Amino acid sequence: MTKVKTGIGRRSFIKSVSIAGGGLIIGFNWMACKKATEEGGKEMAMQMPDEWFELNGYLKIGDNGVVTIYSPNPEIGQNVKTSMPMIVAEELDVDWNNVIVEQAPLNTDIFTRQLAGGSQSIRQGWESLRTAGATARQMLLTAAANQWEVPVSELSVENGIIKHANSENSMGYGEIAKAAAQVEVPEEVELKDNDSFKIIGTSRKNVDAKKIVTGQPLYGIDVDKEGMLIAMMVQPPAFGMQLKTMNAEKIKEMPGIVDVFTIDTYPEDMEKEWSDVTAFSKLAVIVGESTWQVMKAKKALEIEWELKPDLVEQIQILEKSAAMEDTSGLESSKLHASLMAEIGSKKAEVVRKDGDPEKAFKNAARVIERSYTCPFLAHNCMEPMNFYANVSGGKAELLGPIQTPEYAEKSVNKRLGLALEDIDVQMTRMGGGFGRRLYGNFLVEAAVISDKLGKPVKLIYTREDDMSNGVYRPAYHVAYRAALDGNNKLTALHVNAGGIPESPLFANRFPAGAIDNYLAESWTLESNISVGAFRAPRSNFIAGAEQSFLDELAEEMGQDPIQFRLDMLKRAETDPVGENNDYDAARYAGVLELVRDKSGWSNGSSSLSRGVSAYYCHNSYVAQILDMSVKNNQPLIDKVTCAVDCGIVVNPDAAKNMVEGGTIDGIGHALYSEITFEDGVPQQHNFDTYRLIRHSEAPKKIDVHFVENGIDPTGLGEPPFPPIMGALANALYKATGQRFYDQPYINQLNGKQTELKT
Amino acid sequence: MAEFSLTINGKKQSLDLDPDTPLLWVLRDHLKLVGTKYGCGIAQCGACTVHFNGSAVRSCQLPVSSAAGNEITTIEGLSENGDHPVQKAWLEHDVPQCGYCQAGQIMSASALLNRNPNPSDSEIENAMNGNICRCGTYTRIKAAIKTASDSQLA
Repeated sequence: MTKVKTGIGRRSFIKSVSIAGGGLIIGFNWMACKKATEEGGKEMAMQMPDEWFELNGYLKIGDNGVVTIYSPNPEIGQNVKTSMPMIVAEELDVDWNNVIVEQAPLNTDIFTRQLAGGSQSIRQGWESLRTAGATARQMLLTAAANQWEVPVSELSVENGIIKHANSENSMGYGEIAKAAAQVEVPEEVELKDNDSFKIIGTSRKNVDAKKIVTGQPLYGIDVDKEGMLIAMMVQPPAFGMQLKTMNAEKIKEMPGIVDVFTIDTYPEDMEKEWSDVTAFSKLAVIVGESTWQVMKAKKALEIEWELKPDLVEQIQILEKSAAMEDTSGLESSKLHASLMAEIGSKKAEVVRKDGDPEKAFKNAARVIERSYTCPFLAHNCMEPMNFYANVSGGKAELLGPIQTPEYAEKSVNKRLGLALEDIDVQMTRMGGGFGRRLYGNFLVEAAVISDKLGKPVKLIYTREDDMSNGVYRPAYHVAYRAALDGNNKLTALHVNAGGIPESPLFANRFPAGAIDNYLAESWTLESNISVGAFRAPRSNFIAGAEQSFLDELAEEMGQDPIQFRLDMLKRAETDPVGENNDYDAARYAGVLELVRDKSGWSNGSSSLSRGVSAYYCHNSYVAQILDMSVKNNQPLIDKVTCAVDCGIVVNPDAAKNMVEGGTIDGIGHALYSEITFEDGVPQQHNFDTYRLIRHSEAPKKIDVHFVENGIDPTGLGEPPFPPIMGALANALYKATGQRFYDQPYINQLNGKQTELKT
Repeated sequence: MAEFSLTINGKKQSLDLDPDTPLLWVLRDHLKLVGTKYGCGIAQCGACTVHFNGSAVRSCQLPVSSAAGNEITTIEGLSENGDHPVQKAWLEHDVPQCGYCQAGQIMSASALLNRNPNPSDSEIENAMNGNICRCGTYTRIKAAIKTASDSQLA
């Protein structure tokens, strides 16, 4: 057993005591003020208790033994609403069938890091979730021991039943919960050994599944409140433009339309949070009684747009960096392509240097040089951006899909001048996140609209709004150079990576540490197109590029691509080059060996074209082998084998689902998806022009294997996404004889020039 | 505005609406049946799929004037207790991730099994190709359809 301090459990308890001392038992006031939000799926069949007893901010126990566990982090489809409460339930020692799960609202007094991002929910919540369960268990045992007048050490507990071995006394948690709530919170509790886990490591169904398959309201877009109006916005058609005038008065006369006005979401003097990203602060807004009436008014609204005044500066930046004569400042993909190719071939900021790469390249018998690109991408959560806001009487009620509730609350605090305690943020289940809902501009917009109207509103983006709103995955470019000596041995590697407007470089990741002479350079290009984190930011490009280049190198050197990587990883493990290498070479090699063995790589029996890839990000290791063929220029993906090291797997079947999904998502984006620009206008606005992978294009089969090592859990939502792009490119090469350097790969298969290539 | 008589999930009701109002928004805004989802508004993603006289249609492209007088079934009416074979198979395979597209997937799948109780892999792919899932649950969806098919045939 591991002893841990109960810091988090105590903090919430202390708050409760101090406020109770003032005469009010509102330590868990967020529960008291909780509206009828979405509970777990199981409680319908469960007998509800007459009374609940709160043992700490994570859970309450009913007088009949039913337990409610609050899932602190936003649920975007990564299944934390099931897996986080599983961790609490494990240490609480309760029967999972007696557990109800509820989404906790934002409460920074009780919970730390209520954020869905960076694949960190389970990793960073691991200890506090366990501690919350163990603390409550300890309090229940103490209360039982007091009642029976026996030492706690003589008690045991299983599935929420406490037993005293000597007297054969037993009781359920429900019977002692009231007394346990009065027990002082222990300063230290013991956590279970991994080998005694009964819930962690066993597959449990999604707690919302029944509601999902029966179409019950769960999502922000489903919110319906008394007196609620529907709001939509109109944003400029191009990045670099802004609203000049509109025919608001005429539109106000349309049926069902309540008001038409403009808002400035983020005035220039407002101090913004990192999550306040938008290219379009000034918006036209239409408010009405029903969605269709507002949509019709939106179409009828005539707006004159103008170039943004600050565009002049933007143009200068672009002109200076590219010496272009005819840049309008309304950017185009052709301009981006020429700028990236030009700058990507020049010296840039040196981020890491090991050995003497210049000398190694000078003495090289052969230099292999390749460059790779990828386009902007829209997140395309299937649930378009939306939020419910009711701002009135100095208070704000905000309800909807947001990955960063804490930052959103701060933004509303600054924008509307409301006190933080008067802003109530509650999270709905989200129809996808993928990073888009880290940036809560739509939440702030809803709050500003509600504040202006003095009425509750639900702001909804159309798909076209959603896809044209920016916050895109950046466009990237990377050039690799490898030096080979006369014996065909790799002597130096040079990576020069950049993008619009950020670089995808991770200078300290593999293959850094495995090569004597290594040079990593980085550059960026400014843009007025807004960008944001997109599932596995930066890794979602550089992994595929790097793994494609290593594949080509292995071939040039006459080596097996897996053995080539394993040899490099052996070097990094036993005799690492340089400092700050940001990966564990043995775990990296572990997933490659596992995927090699599980896929039958070595026996060479597959008649299909195979590609391999492996990558480390978000503290986890993933290796994938993809088997495919190409017929009539159409890719047919037969099978993907995945090996994953993310430490302890909390909910194995759900984890497999996540790996399967990440794999399909990665294949889809690398093959099919892109946002391109002409004169600042995104050329794809909906799914008729923007391609997401569809059923018939998905792999027929995906095998997922987890490394079992008992290490505390690490990320899983993102890690399966980046490497598959490399495995796909490498398999495409085997199938076609052509290397694929530019995403989306379908363009090359179709013989179409990729916009980002000059 | 005009009066329309609709039969939704076996229940007749009259509504006074603009004739061009898509069934999707009639369901979501006026009847509070929000299981049918808005995804794209142009019949490209399948999130809004409902049954129109037993066939899968995209409710975002079906004006209320065309829906009137026909049998409409939404996810809420697919079964009384959420125990349609397709729903049961979905739970067995724990298909959903974010879950947003799943009602549309289930309505397309159940319409497929209505007309073809034992579909092949390619028939499943063809029938489901209009339903996008960004989470990438496609392999589980296909497995669940096969399970539902087996359970119906058994």
